[in-house]
Amino acid sequence: MEQKIYSMKEAVSQFIEDGDSVAMGTALEAAIPFAVGHEIIRQGKRDLTLIGPISDMLFDQLIGSGCVKKVVAAWVGNVIMGVGYNMRRAVEVGVPRKIEAEDYTNLTISLALYAGAMGIPFVPTKSLLGTGMMGGKQPFKEMECPYTKERLALVPPLKPDVAIVQVQRADEEGNTHFWGGSGVTKEAALAARKVIVVVEEVVEKKVIRNDPNRTIVPGFLVNAVVPEPWGAHPSPVQGYYNRDHEKYMSYHNESRDRDGYLKWLEKWVFGVKDRKEYLKLVGEEKTKSLLVKRHRKSIPVDFGF
Amino acid sequence: MMDYTMQELMVVAGSREIRDDDVVFVGMRLPLLAFQLAKDTHAPHAIGIFENGILRDVPAGDALYTMGDTPNIEGAIWTTSMMDIMSLLQNGRVSLGFIGGAEVDRFGNLNTTYIGGRENVRVRLPGSGGGSDIASLSKRLVIIMNHEKRRFLRRVSYITSPGFGNGGNWRQRVGLRGRGPCAVITNKGILRFDLHTKEMVLDSVHPGVTVEEILENTGWHLRLASNIQETKPPTKTELRIIRKYDPRGFWTQGKRTFR
Repeated sequence: MEQKIYSMKEAVSQFIEDGDSVAMGTALEAAIPFAVGHEIIRQGKRDLTLIGPISDMLFDQLIGSGCVKKVVAAWVGNVIMGVGYNMRRAVEVGVPRKIEAEDYTNLTISLALYAGAMGIPFVPTKSLLGTGMMGGKQPFKEMECPYTKERLALVPPLKPDVAIVQVQRADEEGNTHFWGGSGVTKEAALAARKVIVVVEEVVEKKVIRNDPNRTIVPGFLVNAVVPEPWGAHPSPVQGYYNRDHEKYMSYHNESRDRDGYLKWLEKWVFGVKDRKEYLKLVGEEKTKSLLVKRHRKSIPVDFGF
Repeated sequence: MMDYTMQELMVVAGSREIRDDDVVFVGMRLPLLAFQLAKDTHAPHAIGIFENGILRDVPAGDALYTMGDTPNIEGAIWTTSMMDIMSLLQNGRVSLGFIGGAEVDRFGNLNTTYIGGRENVRVRLPGSGGGSDIASLSKRLVIIMNHEKRRFLRRVSYITSPGFGNGGNWRQRVGLRGRGPCAVITNKGILRFDLHTKEMVLDSVHPGVTVEEILENTGWHLRLASNIQETKPPTKTELRIIRKYDPRGFWTQGKRTFR
């Protein structure tokens, strides 16, 4: 059997190359792969194209660290606080570098990844019409429907070089379980050339077999499984830990100017060598306070015959 | 002496737009509180959907800061993908959507992407998220935002989320299905849209706010409804429920702290 278990360092170094397009943050505000993002920054990856629906802080951090040349997204900022200051600086004044932005909506980024997953040249939609997202360098076109004669906007496929899938658990082969609102996770994984799965726990294959409806990506599409507990902090992972709201608020204040961002970066990314050191910096008192307290276990179903 | 904040009044006004048989595309911030309030008062059967892939028919068991927070999954009826939620929206199954905006114009078009326009960006804002989809496709649309002259413009420099374009039957001409905005709830009043011209009309004024103050804070010559009402203030019950769902006052008391 092909060995797919990698450390975070190895996975990022081996499967993410300069210039790659990377889909991440596919479950929106939950299960954001911050540990992957921070390792990308530490390894100094460059000229990445980031693909995602919304990005709650993570894209802002990668942009501010100079890793990004282009953002393909519906929303980039900090969900509870508003704007992302690094995104603003990059687009408005080219600091730390000028980036391109391709502007999608949540529906149309789903459709673009779906078209990528389906292997078809476009998907039509009734969104986008009449908006500023049509025209210019934007990828969308308009046509008259050959059946109904109505106006349609066309969304071409997105095929990320890499999709990062942040989940609760997978087996050693990459058969991946996720529960909660999954956003565009499945479409991104099916559209991508390479898939990196980051898990809270590696489980035996029988755990997957016992509950195949919970599988979001089958292992044969997966290149790497990275066991990285708390890999999504400060975003939540259902059944493991809750959202650390304070981190989003303090980041907003600390990243307001460039110097403040660089201090943040030095402390939380370059000042630690891996996720374990990061968690020490977060502190046990904090992580304990984020653990699940009100459990809601599902009732097993019978998959037998 | 007012014993509620304007944000609380906006939540109450938002909740009053929700009907018992609505399927609501909830969104975040004040609309989320409006939905939870409506559920606990006059709209117990309303269904809430969230674009990360959640459908709920009871309010979440703890305060929410984002739709992806763990209490929003616990007790949900359906956890699924964004494609499924957006399919409901595009297929006309969402009767009411809420969105916010940074800039709005007299025809209800919203800009949440490029202040100054795409070619001449002064401020880059986060973008559409699901906002543009909701504005394009939900049957009724309610806009919630602060009422300031720099936000209420004659014409937005970039349309992120379409209202009525340049008025009249613009939405049909460009091929949009949803009926467009029916109300704009601000921290000063409630505005609705003329049936024919599709231009914004001042419909009600919040207690303690004057019509003059609203006109001064609007960037065009705002039309007034023939009989402008005063917005009904929140009841004690409504305030109690809002404070239950926003216990730290993060959204409605301006307390941007978690302690």
